[in-house]
Amino acid sequence: MKNKNRSSLAYLTETALLIALSMAFSFLESRIPAFVAVPGMKIGLANIAVLVALYRRGAPTALGVSVVRVALSALLFGNTAAFLYSAAGAVFAFLVMLLLRSVRVFSPVGVSIGGGVAHNLAQIGVACLLLRSSAALFYLPALLVSGTVAGTVIGIAGALAYRALAGIR
Amino acid sequence: MKVKGTEKRQILFDCALAVFLLLLALTAFLLLGHRDRGSAVRVYVQDECVGEYSLSRDGVYVLNGGTHLLCVEEGAARLTEASCPDLLCVKQGRVSRTGERIICLPYRLTVEVTGGGEEIIPTGG
Repeated sequence: MKNKNRSSLAYLTETALLIALSMAFSFLESRIPAFVAVPGMKIGLANIAVLVALYRRGAPTALGVSVVRVALSALLFGNTAAFLYSAAGAVFAFLVMLLLRSVRVFSPVGVSIGGGVAHNLAQIGVACLLLRSSAALFYLPALLVSGTVAGTVIGIAGALAYRALAGIR
Repeated sequence: MKVKGTEKRQILFDCALAVFLLLLALTAFLLLGHRDRGSAVRVYVQDECVGEYSLSRDGVYVLNGGTHLLCVEEGAARLTEASCPDLLCVKQGRVSRTGERIICLPYRLTVEVTGGGEEIIPTGG
């Protein structure tokens, strides 16, 4: 009984911390002026938390971290349009990451690359829908490259974080 | 993060994925518009063309009833002022080659360079 209470408390705390970190990352990178030229280009630091949750606790927790982060961030910082973008990117990225992970041929870095690119693709998709044209496809090359590079970096960071947390149950 | 012998294989697949995506990006880049200088810019709001301006004549134009300011200078166009909150469209800079475009999402406004050669995939809006 004591063990069960302790581990479920640990789970709750850990998940809450991951969500909070995810939000902090998201806010932090929105303040970096470097990535302005292309709409939607960002590092995706928040995905580190989702990756860690995915590998430490599994798919439902990871989805929870992602969705709650998007919802809370939108409530605190964003507007309806930003929320739509964020949500579309997060959901699609999660699905792709889940798929890549279940295939079992990719390391977390590969999964992260998939997630980053999927996120960007979803955002281009939403932009095309809003503009009612394929004009947003213009950014496809740039976002594919940035998604791949960022995904690699995020994946390595996530793997390091996972390894650091490995001792904690 | 399972440290087994399969780790090297996984990294191989990761690299394959990354290379594939980068090649995809290159393909998309080559297909989505010529690198020729365009002759005019078309302004679209949603999917409706609301104006066309020549790139061969310098000028400043008020777009969309005053929400954006288009500046044509030395064969290139850019948005110098906008009413959107993030001003990403202004920061996107100058466009001059066929297929290049500036997009302002909050206002659903697109400035697209036309003319000067055929686009292999017509991505008109």
